[in-house]
Amino acid sequence: MGIYGVYIVSKSGGLIFNLDSNVPKIETEQTFSYPLDIKLVVENKKVVVSFGQRDGIMVGHVLNAVNGVQVNGLQLEDGRDAMEIIDNKDSYPLSLKFGKPKMTTNEKIFLASMFYPLFAIASQLSPEPKSSGIEILESDTFKLHCFQTLTGVKFMVVAEPSQTGMDILLKKIYELYSDYALKNPFYSLEMPIRCELFDNNLQSLLEQVEKTGVTNI
Amino acid sequence: MPVHNLYIFNRYGTLLYYTEWNRLKHSGITLEEEAKLMYGMLFSIKSFVAKISPLDIKKGFLCYKTNKYTLNYFETPTGLKFILNTDVGAQNVRDLLQQMYSQVYIEYVVKNPIINLNEPIKSELFKQKLDTFIKQYPVFNNNLKSL
Repeated sequence: MGIYGVYIVSKSGGLIFNLDSNVPKIETEQTFSYPLDIKLVVENKKVVVSFGQRDGIMVGHVLNAVNGVQVNGLQLEDGRDAMEIIDNKDSYPLSLKFGKPKMTTNEKIFLASMFYPLFAIASQLSPEPKSSGIEILESDTFKLHCFQTLTGVKFMVVAEPSQTGMDILLKKIYELYSDYALKNPFYSLEMPIRCELFDNNLQSLLEQVEKTGVTNI
Repeated sequence: MPVHNLYIFNRYGTLLYYTEWNRLKHSGITLEEEAKLMYGMLFSIKSFVAKISPLDIKKGFLCYKTNKYTLNYFETPTGLKFILNTDVGAQNVRDLLQQMYSQVYIEYVVKNPIINLNEPIKSELFKQKLDTFIKQYPVFNNNLKSL
């Protein structure tokens, strides 16, 4: 249950590989009566909770379903407007399902290129000479480990804060990258990695780490 | 030398206070520009962390480490931000920042009626107390002795 995702960022800051593994799905469904006791707003074409978190519904969660019908952006699957239903007194009691928003591929690319300047500024603002960029970024829910190769490629692993031995794992992923991506004649540098062998080997490496820990790889 | 420097920002990104103890490298830009760069970086890290986190965050960003230093981040619910750069090995810096907030900032800035809370702190008393406070910090002394 330790590793949430692997990212590989090219020298120029583009995301060239991403793999999500066992990201927990956070969803809560509840029946509400009129008026709603949570505040919803429309943000980036999504219905987002902006105030009043309770019972697992947190600020920042998006509306996923209304009465069991999926919501795509602002509209229900059958074409009705989600906010209209929520604002209409007659549609209550209403069953709403909220969840933590899932990152889209575009958002991942955006985040990968956002990490690039952070990495550089961390080294520039260093109080000590010759500092590297960010190696570990810590938050209360995860720890991001980053390893930059001499050629400028960045390998990142998002893992649980308690997970250890991530530096060994990163080196191992680098090894897989050089074996299965770089030696693949159909792979061009700086382009997204679409190599089946790399995918399979990385997958089995992660499975092995989940099962037996990092010491045995 | 474990404790390098300290930045305090308010919630609008104004640099309220800056001080340094053992800083070996300067960024080559003025303090004003450096503060803006620092605040911008932290602002980006905060939104980065909020987006990339697989679970719901509570405290959010805590610290980052490079091979030479650790940047420790502490934010109060009012948006006041304390940034302390220390050695990589320094322990329990978050508790220290929390205490610095409650025992030094609250006591000598908030409780001082002539200080405007949104302007850089010029109080000599605060400066003194902060300095003594940091120097009490065990690691600060231990490493100086061992030099």
